[in-house]
Amino acid sequence: MTISNYDIDRGLSLLSMMQRIRAFEEQARLAAVRDKLVHGAIHLSIGQEAVAAGVMMHLTRKDYMLSTHRGHGHTLAKGANPDTMMQELLGRSGGCCSGKGGSMHIADFSVGMLGANGVVAANITIAAGAAHGIKLSGDNHIVVCFFGDGAANRGPFLEGLNWAGVFGLPILFVCEDNRYSATTLTAEMTAGDGPAARAQSLGLSTTTVDGNDADAVADTAGRLITQVRDTRQPAFLHASTYRLDGHTYFDPASYRPDGEAQHSARTNDPITRLRETLITAGLPAHQLDALKDAGNDEMTHALAVATDAAWPADASVFDDVQDIGSPRQDAY
Amino acid sequence: MAIMTYAAAARLAVAEAMRADSNVWCIGEDLGRGGVFQQYQGLREEFGAQRVSDAPISEAAIMSAAFGAAMVGTRPIVEMRFADFALCATDELVNQIAKARFMFGGQSRAPMVIRKPMGMWRSSAAQHSQSLESWYTHIPGLVVVCPATPQDNYSMMKAAIQCDDPIVYLEHKDIWANEGEVDPDYHYEFGRAEIRRGGGDVTLVSWSNTANLAADAGRDLSSQGIEAEVIDLRSLWPWDKSTVINSVKKTGRLIVAHESVQVSGFGAEIAATVAEHALQALKAPITRIGAPRSLIAYAPNLENQLRVTGQMMVDAAIRLCR
Repeated sequence: MTISNYDIDRGLSLLSMMQRIRAFEEQARLAAVRDKLVHGAIHLSIGQEAVAAGVMMHLTRKDYMLSTHRGHGHTLAKGANPDTMMQELLGRSGGCCSGKGGSMHIADFSVGMLGANGVVAANITIAAGAAHGIKLSGDNHIVVCFFGDGAANRGPFLEGLNWAGVFGLPILFVCEDNRYSATTLTAEMTAGDGPAARAQSLGLSTTTVDGNDADAVADTAGRLITQVRDTRQPAFLHASTYRLDGHTYFDPASYRPDGEAQHSARTNDPITRLRETLITAGLPAHQLDALKDAGNDEMTHALAVATDAAWPADASVFDDVQDIGSPRQDAY
Repeated sequence: MAIMTYAAAARLAVAEAMRADSNVWCIGEDLGRGGVFQQYQGLREEFGAQRVSDAPISEAAIMSAAFGAAMVGTRPIVEMRFADFALCATDELVNQIAKARFMFGGQSRAPMVIRKPMGMWRSSAAQHSQSLESWYTHIPGLVVVCPATPQDNYSMMKAAIQCDDPIVYLEHKDIWANEGEVDPDYHYEFGRAEIRRGGGDVTLVSWSNTANLAADAGRDLSSQGIEAEVIDLRSLWPWDKSTVINSVKKTGRLIVAHESVQVSGFGAEIAATVAEHALQALKAPITRIGAPRSLIAYAPNLENQLRVTGQMMVDAAIRLCR
């Protein structure tokens, strides 16, 4: 791509979403570290925003998406409301899961976000099933399923990809490869050539992309999503990226080589890279700063709303377990 | 009213539900040829390969993909082939399906019937014979049922398919060919036990095929002058506490019998509940009859060492009543 034919509107839209995700997670980290208002673990995707923004810009609300424990960015990019998301992180009654799920189970079915998942790779077979349901119903939307590089070493990776291939299902699998399985280098725990090679061996149309190049992700994902929509067959996108934070917000990530994260932040931050592209394309810095400020304002507000929100009613712990044999009647 | 087998009764219920609702579909290994126990025979011909779908030998994916399809509006019937194989899909059932509605704050439902043929059957040995029903009663979010008769396998299947909760549906492998009358108009209500015979001397509680053995034991006992009230729980979660407690208040004696291992079996839950609510009514200690905490063997004589029989119930009742 040359700068002369660069799609400035799309670039701005990508940058805006990435700034929103970054701002949301920075506020979430403040809520956890400064305010002590986040009760469990949160897993930040700071540094990985380009994958969420670049893939999700091609989806409609009727398309489904399933995410991982590191799912704030995916959820926001799918169109979820940051206020209800932040309330969920703080365990408040207005949270999108009514304070029952927290960060690791964040979901917003109203925008087609069918849930983050606390079990690595578990969402892969569920996502294949959502696509199976679409096929059975004769609907025309599609499913996108995110997972990390560590997921390729769990059984559902094989079973889910095979399932999508066998039944011919409209799903795009997106492997966000940040090189670490929690705190262990994935390469040291993975035989063979990794997730893309495994997907290829199962006959899936497989593409790799620099996941920190927002434009490249948007181009590649756009092509693959059109292909999935048209062919109703699965495809696989392997996006290389890097997690600038630790596994959880309280993980100092000291297992990394000295300077690795700092080097990536300096040279490979997807927001900085896209910003540089836009400046080269002729956008004034103050216009880009305004996007960043807007993201910060929106998410500062989200945290303020969440901080002021009420706790869920104690008795609601017995709601939505089951209809038959509900603990509302029979908890003991 | 028609006479049909336990397998045919469930098959009829599934067929009727599939005719009534195009969102109902079946997924599992070898369903195209009618299922391992012919419990799906003829359904492929009527409903086609998409709605009576074969699956790879991927139990986790069968369970989980059906769940994903349930979340987007379909109503899957999931076939696990043998209850033992469902253990390959434990994360999918316990961590995903049972929890989704709750974790997501009520945004999703998992209307699924998860069929798990259970129990001892023709020297099937340690990995094809287990009765693990009590495990599932420990998992909030799941409904757990164990039909014992053709009537119940019809009525309970129909109710299960219409229910919006995930249902662990445990059919017993040794009674597929059992015949009985099926009244299509009989409505099964979850959590309601059936009193298979009334009696005032001893309460005999069971479920699944052991309830059939208990009904036979009740007849034997009657010929010996002991009237047992035989209760088939049918559903373990929810379970019919009031029917059991009221019966014990009347008889003063309780025997709980199940094919599964006695230690930590559901009989322990029943015994504890009766002790909490009707201890004063008891004239004798509660008796539990379950399998020894050992592994199911292949050789018929070894298998028989682990088998819960009607005679054990008869002996226990005589001991309690005399």
